[in-house]
Amino acid sequence: MSLRVLAVDDSLTMREMLRQTLSEAGFNVVLAEDGLDALDRLPEADPDLILTDLNMPRMDGFGLIDAVRKGEISARVPILVLTTESAATLKDKARSAGATGWITKPFDEKSLVSTIRRVTAM
Amino acid sequence: MVGFSDLKEIFFVEADELLSALESGLRAIQTGAEGGDTVNAVFRAVHSIKGGAGAFDLKALVGFAHRFETVLDDLRGGRLQPESALINALLHASDHLADMVGACRQGLETDAEADERVIVQLELQAGRLPGAEEEGFTFEPLPMDGPFSFGDLGVSTGQTFLIRFRPHASVYASGHDPALLLRDLCALGTAEVTLDMADLPQAGSFDPGQSYLGWSIALTTTSSADEVHKVFEFIDGACALEIELVDRESPPSDQSLFGASSQTTLAPSPGGSEKASLLPTPERPPLPPPAASRNLAAPSPAEVSPTAPGKGVAPASNNGPRPTIRVDIDRVDRLVDILGELVIHQAMLTEAIEQSPGFGSVEVDRSLDQLRQLSRQIQESVMAIRAQPVKPLFDRMHRIVREVSMAAGKSARLVTEGEATEVDKTIIERLADPLTHMIRNSVDHGLEVADKRISLGKPAEGEIRLSAAHRSGRIVITVQDDGAGIDREKVRQVAIDKGLISPLLELSPQEIDALLFLPGFSTASEVSNLSGRGVGMDVVRSEITGLGGRVGITSQRGQGTILTISLPLTLAVLDGMVFDVAGQTLVLPVSTIIETLRPDGSLRHSLGHSDSVLDVRGRCLPLIDVGTALGFRTSLSQGEGEIVVVVERGDEGAIALMVDGIRDQRQVVIKGLEANYGQIPGIAAATVLGDGSVALILDPNDLAAVANAIPRPPIQHAAE
Repeated sequence: MSLRVLAVDDSLTMREMLRQTLSEAGFNVVLAEDGLDALDRLPEADPDLILTDLNMPRMDGFGLIDAVRKGEISARVPILVLTTESAATLKDKARSAGATGWITKPFDEKSLVSTIRRVTAM
Repeated sequence: MVGFSDLKEIFFVEADELLSALESGLRAIQTGAEGGDTVNAVFRAVHSIKGGAGAFDLKALVGFAHRFETVLDDLRGGRLQPESALINALLHASDHLADMVGACRQGLETDAEADERVIVQLELQAGRLPGAEEEGFTFEPLPMDGPFSFGDLGVSTGQTFLIRFRPHASVYASGHDPALLLRDLCALGTAEVTLDMADLPQAGSFDPGQSYLGWSIALTTTSSADEVHKVFEFIDGACALEIELVDRESPPSDQSLFGASSQTTLAPSPGGSEKASLLPTPERPPLPPPAASRNLAAPSPAEVSPTAPGKGVAPASNNGPRPTIRVDIDRVDRLVDILGELVIHQAMLTEAIEQSPGFGSVEVDRSLDQLRQLSRQIQESVMAIRAQPVKPLFDRMHRIVREVSMAAGKSARLVTEGEATEVDKTIIERLADPLTHMIRNSVDHGLEVADKRISLGKPAEGEIRLSAAHRSGRIVITVQDDGAGIDREKVRQVAIDKGLISPLLELSPQEIDALLFLPGFSTASEVSNLSGRGVGMDVVRSEITGLGGRVGITSQRGQGTILTISLPLTLAVLDGMVFDVAGQTLVLPVSTIIETLRPDGSLRHSLGHSDSVLDVRGRCLPLIDVGTALGFRTSLSQGEGEIVVVVERGDEGAIALMVDGIRDQRQVVIKGLEANYGQIPGIAAATVLGDGSVALILDPNDLAAVANAIPRPPIQHAAE
């Protein structure tokens, strides 16, 4: 049973990258391009993990985390945020928003996969 | 599977879109037309470029984008006001970023000095200390090696940490699973874990969504303290955690360890604590916490969902945000080629059937008609694939106007109209250079400097109006400036000075304007390296004619100049009228034809010894015999040239063409001649007819010039 990951990023490049990296790691990937899109896909994607960018149009990562945590579906799924900043303030903000962890961009394949494994039972 | 180079290409394509969004966003801010999200969108564009660039290790790009983004962040946060000087610096940085992306795309190094200069300029404008970085930013990926990759498993030497760990009750709400942390911790070395269940409530008040447990762990590991802390990196803040180095060499005894733990917050309450050794034998490699301990913990979604049956892969259709595909342009081109063949063969089939005895039956007729309609629909669909709005092309011109006006010390803005007009992709691509040159010319030569404009009662800022529109089956693009207009006396003088025309030659205003398209002509008093760049308007003209288009120029002294490009919508197929002239089969684009008539001889009037005009309902049009103009014959015999086709020539008015007979109207596939024969005056292209014969497609405008009815190559004559 492979892990289902819902990956959310407004950048096509990042999405393709995530798709490639995660598929190669043996995960099932569903892509979404912003927070609202991710919420739309959530019921069907039924992810074991959500991986989300923070800065996105329509609904950003914080909005998505908030909506997921307050929602009925997948409310307790681990959520990792993708961020280019490693600044502590951002981590705190992500954490208090309900994120499980973070991945600093640019990431390499190994760190992405190992971080995902850290927060999931895979 | 998408390869790395494909990913990189996706990045560059996306970067282009982002750059375009960045620029138009900045322009919107500049003109005060921004919506609430514009600043955010602008920030995001740079941010996304930075993110992608980082993934491909484009360090210069990342550095530049980061500093750029920092300024934008200040703007976004209201710490900076969108003053015009700042916006100009931002636009400049955006242009430079585009250049850098372009360089990276070609695998070139960017000019570090120029990069630095531009960004420092921006930072100074934004009141930042050049190069100042906020703390903690790093371009390097954070090392996040998996916990499995280190730790000498099963070896009891190393350091021993005493870890007291009690997640907050709400820890599951953030997607954490303490069991996973214990697993990772155990993977670092050997661990003795004591479970604290003191807070576990009675079954009735048990909330499976809350965490009630705490653990004490004695971890003996070769890993460093940092690595141990790293395990708790994410959960830090959502738990009570103490990590203490207790022994450097050997694992502590149970007694000492749990003696210590009893004084901590994790101290077991009497009777409520239970000691469980999860990994009792140091000789065995560590295992994930046994099921028993996990069952005590409240189930987390991460544990439950992967094992739930029936949850398959999400449908493939759900895997991409938008149902678009990227197709290699060659494939579309091949489709266009095949379509051309289809149109030809459909015409052949129609012809064959029409000449067969069975023709006349309603069914055959209807089927043929349907086939014709279908092939037309296919054609339109294929053309729609190739069609693209001119907006990206027009957007690029803003930068040209900015750069040229700055370098020329003029103030100018570009107004664009009809950006949604769609044109064949090939045409758009090949239009970029000529259009750039025309815009440069308009700013550099067309507009006056601000002082002069003010003295003339014009606004200080010059306006270049770039518009696109569909007009009678062609696309018409105009570049209009509100500058000084063409100084015809000066143009004439320059042409004489350069030996291009004879000083004795009398020229009409239109003829003088046309001089600008002469090879090697330059009106600027001193040679300007802006519009110059080794390209003259003659090159613009030949590029446009190469696309089957025309360039026209009209100008009014003191009011400005309008350059007009008229282009075919597609380079592949056109609706043609097939007719005969002197035994030749020729085709005229239907879109140019106004009417056909068989005029009375009394309506023809001679002008001079060779020219003649036709009176069409009181309007005199230049009358040209196609056969004579193309050299098929020297004079008209009986029954020849009796039919007249009136065609339009854009802004230059209609002309009347004499032909011998009209055959029919049909779609023809355009086959270029230039590759084999060069450019032939009066001929736009060729096509293959239904019977397999080749017919030439006329360019009415050029034909008029060939016939010398309008003086387009007067210049050439004079020049030679």
